[in-house]
Amino acid sequence: MTLDITIYAFIAIGCFFNLMATIGLHRFPDFYTRLHAATKCSTFGSIFLVLAVIIHSLRAWVIEGLSSPQSVLSIHAFIALIALLVTNPTGAHAIARAGYRSGVKPVQAVIDDLEGKEYD
Amino acid sequence: MPFLVGLVSAFIFYLLLTTSSGNLFLWSKAELITGAIFALTVGAVTTKLAAEKGFRILTPMRWFLFFAYSVGPFFWAMAKANVDIVYRVITGRINPGIVKISPNLKTDIGLTLLANSITLTPGTLTVDVDEETNDLYIHWINVRKETLEKMPRDYRDICGTLPDWARRLAG
Amino acid sequence: MIWLSVAVFLAICITIALVRVFLGPTVPDRIVGLDTVNSIVVVSMVILGSAFQEVVLIDVAIVYALLSFVTTLFIAKYVEKGQF
Repeated sequence: MTLDITIYAFIAIGCFFNLMATIGLHRFPDFYTRLHAATKCSTFGSIFLVLAVIIHSLRAWVIEGLSSPQSVLSIHAFIALIALLVTNPTGAHAIARAGYRSGVKPVQAVIDDLEGKEYD
Repeated sequence: MPFLVGLVSAFIFYLLLTTSSGNLFLWSKAELITGAIFALTVGAVTTKLAAEKGFRILTPMRWFLFFAYSVGPFFWAMAKANVDIVYRVITGRINPGIVKISPNLKTDIGLTLLANSITLTPGTLTVDVDEETNDLYIHWINVRKETLEKMPRDYRDICGTLPDWARRLAG
Repeated sequence: MIWLSVAVFLAICITIALVRVFLGPTVPDRIVGLDTVNSIVVVSMVILGSAFQEVVLIDVAIVYALLSFVTTLFIAKYVEKGQF
């Protein structure tokens, strides 16, 4: 019963943050701030959605006994979560760097330390 | 020692991927033998690599610290970051800028860890890295005036204690 | 049942992000939209795997996450240099 409530709460949090990531893509004025919204919120939302799946299948594993195929589901979902956690911010760095070097400057910027720096 | 770490971690990873395949606890005999062969190969190949690069992060104490870091301060900072971003998505209040910080990290793996942590924590996003001096250029969504006045910028104002953690984890 | 409704919700999110891919004034804007779509697709594959009790879908999600990361890196490199 408590686990059910936890699963539903995690699903609600995950859906909310994923929705916020996509709305942030439209609300923010330039590419860097959009990248903030997209990376942070979609990673955080994904963590909670995948955690809900993991808790659900772990409970089924405990109920059905040790050799149940549910173990595969929970462990593979965990590995997918790790892959997502490592690749998402790294991809964001690549996009940000490529964007700056291709000449997109931040809109409304108060300060830009990177301006005028030589690239190799 | 690097050989043993590579072997054990590869074997554990293989076992995780093939659970519930048989009746020896969770695995079948064929999977255990195949996993052992693959783990030996991976351990033999990565020994040279780990010895060359000097991966000091591959010690059990650092793994434990890394786990404590990722569920403790890192997750808390991430939760704060997301509430902050949701607030800015709804109100549209931003004050962006790109600032430079010097975290004084020596190893590449520490810098990678710090850059990934910075991207997922409040209001900051790594844009570029200076490979000679190990400086990071950070896009900051809400620039504070006080931080801009001091010229060697204090990283504690921008990203908290994350650089100290990265130094402790990976030198 | 709950998993299927979550999958439908994520499909709506993907549609909203795709609008940014079509609109985006600059090329990096489009890549950001694409990256968001990729990470939501990975999550929805995990969710569908749980809904249909199919482990294969989650294996596909792992491979998709790693491959989409490589794709993002290559597109970023192309945008940065103008060539591969």
